[in-house]
Amino acid sequence: MDMDSLSLVGVISIATAGLTIAFGSIGPALGQGRAVSQALSSIAQQPDEANTITRTLFVGLAMIESTAIYCFVVTMILIFANPFWNYFLN
Amino acid sequence: MTINPDEIVFFQWGWFTINSTIFFTWLVMFLLTLGSWLVTRKLTSEGELSRWQNLLEVMINGINDQIREVSRQEPGPYLPFVGTLFIFIAISNILAIVPGYTPPTSSLSTTAALAICVFIAVPIFGIAHQGVMNYLRQYLQPTFFMLPFNLIGELSRTLALAVRLYGNMMSGTIIVAILLTITPLIFPVVMQALGLLTGLIQAYIFAILAMVYIASASMAHQEIEKKGEN
Repeated sequence: MDMDSLSLVGVISIATAGLTIAFGSIGPALGQGRAVSQALSSIAQQPDEANTITRTLFVGLAMIESTAIYCFVVTMILIFANPFWNYFLN
Repeated sequence: MTINPDEIVFFQWGWFTINSTIFFTWLVMFLLTLGSWLVTRKLTSEGELSRWQNLLEVMINGINDQIREVSRQEPGPYLPFVGTLFIFIAISNILAIVPGYTPPTSSLSTTAALAICVFIAVPIFGIAHQGVMNYLRQYLQPTFFMLPFNLIGELSRTLALAVRLYGNMMSGTIIVAILLTITPLIFPVVMQALGLLTGLIQAYIFAILAMVYIASASMAHQEIEKKGEN
């Protein structure tokens, strides 16, 4: 069985999409876990500062999460809007 | 299923197209304008407040408090820009529970436009606050060699602002669409409820980050002044 370029592109795109979101979610997950645990212990120590800590935590979580979101966007592009797929279709 | 609502065309006349992003942006703008006009038509400062005036006052007070806490300055000049960003993004994300509605924020065009607004607003507020020379000098801090890195930082945070909002909102619609094909009964509703939460948090984060960027451009001067006083 030999594969033409179209099926090669499809296979590689789908496999890479899975790998991208899998590896791309490991780092942010660990980072967010650390951030939340630190914030919780800070709130436990200084309940008066809970407002500031929560706000900073949310902004920080959004910053960390954006790396995972980049991976997700790349995955979605690979699956739904793959430029190489369209190139070989034409 | 599409990751780009710009491709859903409602109306086309020659080169003039109304796609779903433009249509729903206008719808949100219309709702906001109409709502504000209806509420602010008869404002009172004495006697009993109307329920809607109370709502608006609570929102404006909340936004003012947040701006004051983040920037440690009076919120006056920043309220119109940051408040508009927050309310527009929040309303367009919350309306996602209405069937048939695609949030305009799930299109990269909208989020890029909003991020470019922030990108332009930062130097405007910075220059208005501390003058052209002082603002430009900020790019040379701490040394001259940091200039390219400061410029790259300015661009990359704009890109991050756009892609973060886009990715979060787009992932919400995609996940609901995928779940509808697998478990159409209850789980899409759960994910949609979660989508409401992420939508509000993303609106909050977008506005807060815009405020942080603007404050950092207009705060450096004050710190230098304080050091000089000491």
